[in-house]
Amino acid sequence: METIKLKRGSPIIDKAFKVGVAIAAFYILAIIALIVFQLITGSSQIWAKEGISFLTGSDWNPVEGRESYGAAPYIVGTFVTAGIAMLIGVPLSIGIAMFLSELAPKFLRTPLSFVIELLAAVPSIIYGLWGIFVFRDYIKNWIEVPLNNAFGNNVWFFSGAPFGLDIFTASVVLAIMIIPTISSISREIMIAVPNSQREAAYMLGATKWETFKMAVVPYSKSGIIGAAILGLGRAVGETMAVTMLIGNATGAAAFPSSLFSPGQTMSSIIANEFPEASAGSLHLAALIGVGLILFVVASGINIVAQLLVSRVLKSHEGAVLA
Amino acid sequence: MITIEQRAEFRKHFRNNISSRLIVDKIIKIIVLGCVAIAIVPLGSILLEVVRNGVPALSIDFFTQAPGAIGSDQPGGIGPAIQGTLMLIGMSSLVGVPIGVLGGIFLSEFGNNRLGHIVRFFNDVLAEFPTIVIGLFAFIMIVLTFGNFSILAGTFALSIIMLPIITRTTEEALKLVPMTYREAGHALGIKRWIVITRILLTSAKSGLITGIMLAVARIGGETAPLIFTILGSDQFFSAFDQPMDALPLRIWRLSLLPYDTATTQGWGGALVLILIVLSLNIGVRYMFLRKRNGGGRFRITAGG
Amino acid sequence: MEVDDLESQQVDKMETITRTPIKHASMEEPRYKLIAENIVASYNGIVAVKNVNMKFREKAVTALIGPSGCGKTTFLRCLNRMHELTKSAKVEGRVLLDGEDLYSSGEDAIIHRRKIGMVFQKPNPFPTMSIYDNVAAGLKLNGVKNKDIMDQIVKGCLEMVYLWDEVKHDLKKPGMSLSGGQQQRLCIARALAIQPEVLLMDEPASALDPIATQKIEEMITELKKEYTIIIVTHNMQQAVRVSDYTGFMYLGDLVEFGETKQIFENPRNEITAKYVQGQFG
Repeated sequence: METIKLKRGSPIIDKAFKVGVAIAAFYILAIIALIVFQLITGSSQIWAKEGISFLTGSDWNPVEGRESYGAAPYIVGTFVTAGIAMLIGVPLSIGIAMFLSELAPKFLRTPLSFVIELLAAVPSIIYGLWGIFVFRDYIKNWIEVPLNNAFGNNVWFFSGAPFGLDIFTASVVLAIMIIPTISSISREIMIAVPNSQREAAYMLGATKWETFKMAVVPYSKSGIIGAAILGLGRAVGETMAVTMLIGNATGAAAFPSSLFSPGQTMSSIIANEFPEASAGSLHLAALIGVGLILFVVASGINIVAQLLVSRVLKSHEGAVLA
Repeated sequence: MITIEQRAEFRKHFRNNISSRLIVDKIIKIIVLGCVAIAIVPLGSILLEVVRNGVPALSIDFFTQAPGAIGSDQPGGIGPAIQGTLMLIGMSSLVGVPIGVLGGIFLSEFGNNRLGHIVRFFNDVLAEFPTIVIGLFAFIMIVLTFGNFSILAGTFALSIIMLPIITRTTEEALKLVPMTYREAGHALGIKRWIVITRILLTSAKSGLITGIMLAVARIGGETAPLIFTILGSDQFFSAFDQPMDALPLRIWRLSLLPYDTATTQGWGGALVLILIVLSLNIGVRYMFLRKRNGGGRFRITAGG
Repeated sequence: MEVDDLESQQVDKMETITRTPIKHASMEEPRYKLIAENIVASYNGIVAVKNVNMKFREKAVTALIGPSGCGKTTFLRCLNRMHELTKSAKVEGRVLLDGEDLYSSGEDAIIHRRKIGMVFQKPNPFPTMSIYDNVAAGLKLNGVKNKDIMDQIVKGCLEMVYLWDEVKHDLKKPGMSLSGGQQQRLCIARALAIQPEVLLMDEPASALDPIATQKIEEMITELKKEYTIIIVTHNMQQAVRVSDYTGFMYLGDLVEFGETKQIFENPRNEITAKYVQGQFG
């Protein structure tokens, strides 16, 4: 055993250290408060001009003298893309989590989990790059064009000429991006279910699937919902991949008229239009206003998710979440 | 008491559904395996395409030259972008790591109270902020105030993104150090700052480094906040109050150009970026495998 | 062998109770409900059960005793094909229930698991289910749709474990709202609901207080009139109280097997003698 000889230490430095630590802690709180403050003041122009109709209007006219902005299409766009991403991503994630927790042989668990988590490590810009040059063509040729040909006239959400840069493609890529988040938390939650529960089910002669339904699901349900909501929060805040794939529609045209129509989300309109907005302009205030709405929505969703997940994981011993 | 005869009677009500139950079980197993395959295919495709399309772009010029005229046959390279990313990572760490570590120390050593709960909660909230919003914030605070796009604004934004990650991982790493160390220090009359810096931080070293590496991997790939802060540039870094370039931003700009040379360079940039990010993440895993007591669990995330 | 005075009184009492059924059985060909042949079981490369043969008489209680790590629990779990669920587990041998080898059908053990019920050390009722649903869980799996039959079975099983009177007024209460001893009895009822012929019990009372333990032991003594019970226990007095036959295992081998009275009063093997005298544990 190694012995370390230490000086007792100066009490002055101790005080200074504690002060420093406290400052760091408050820095976190201060930054958040500042962000909220700056978003509100930076967008004050647009609230003054449009008021609540900024949330409901769908004009988007940056032309001087006739400026009018409404964020509604982008709010809808964010929810639609995130919603579709959830529809695709949540079942896939639960399946992956189920595999890793219940079915995978021991030697496969860690490497496979790691590979799935690598999906989360890929920067969004690269998802976007891959999306526009590779994935988009596959989606267009294998899914969008056939669906459009078959059902385009009858089903409204398959209508419109599919070019591949639209709500659907953006949503599918978004789904891929949130799978690691949802599946890894779900996996941890499922693994945390005590084995004694599974044994009780097996004893009754249950198959692996029946055991999962009887013993694992009731225990994990709320945690998995929390994981899904966390994924939703990520999907809402996601910018680059969506910006590159969604087709950049503005104004009323940005309302989703079909899966294959170009759209816009709150984050993508900011990214797309920022270069054109000059300092102090109403346009910029409108973009900051969209940012404020995005912040409120994303943080609200994430707070709900955190509460759900931390409550579930606290009640299971030993599962540590970073 | 249920007799043997009664049991036989009751068993007659059991349906002979074993084979259908087993078929359902098998089908579910196949579906679940399919889910895993569906998730892995995109990853494989991304890695494959990045390598396939990016390797042709690589050359000495690619790494060292500034971009040439758009669309010309002298495309130059992405030197400024690589330089910019490295500078940004370095400067952001200088700001974000100390504050983050101190914050983590706060939560772990002084945070078992109401205030600690609040800070922890808001730290987690900050961790999930859409990074484009943080970019807007940095724009308002720094760019508008000083009147120019600059590395300072970029550093400010990225340090905010780094901060909650490092705070969280530092807290987790410190929590793994046994209480006995703290108690021994206290019993010997050693001041807390010595105990924390000389004993706890060194014990938790690998956890701390892991957290920093993950945070660096995260901000290295962030694009959105850079749009509002460093703006992008075709030249190497010139001054602290001038716009500059960075890898993710350069990749984005290149992807918008209609020229094949630009596209190839974009893939090349993506290759460089993904190598940096993935080697950091894989490096973290290796540090984990070597650590004896397993450590806390970490999640890897990337920029938006 | 030196026996505590109190214990010898208990042993005397057991003699009178257990002597009668044994006398009955010896007048006819002994009926073995369950026969384990050449069971070799391992997990993680460690051989836990080294070629054990045992025969379990019907309508009797057989106890498995032995020090920790002797393989008694692993062996028990081989009887209803639960052991193969452990990571890297391997089992060889045959287990014959009424002559039919449970290991003959290879993969799909579920067919056989429902013929044998099992109770575990710590009570593990399904936390999100009511008392009724806990007991009926196995019935639903097996496709029982008739509500009357289900009610009958639930009532019958809860009566057998002496829970019926305590819970009959509110079967919809969550299973977890019961006390520890009640939860364990609930788990026994759940195991009995699938109408097994054999009941396996892995230290069923070790997590319970003495009063709850006593209730369970009384219940076992009643149940054996119609069931074949195999109980793993580290409590030797308990083995003496409830079992008719005892098998002593040590380091994966079956060292001695016989009538409980003989094992505890007159062990033939030196290691058995040392164990039942409490010289090691």
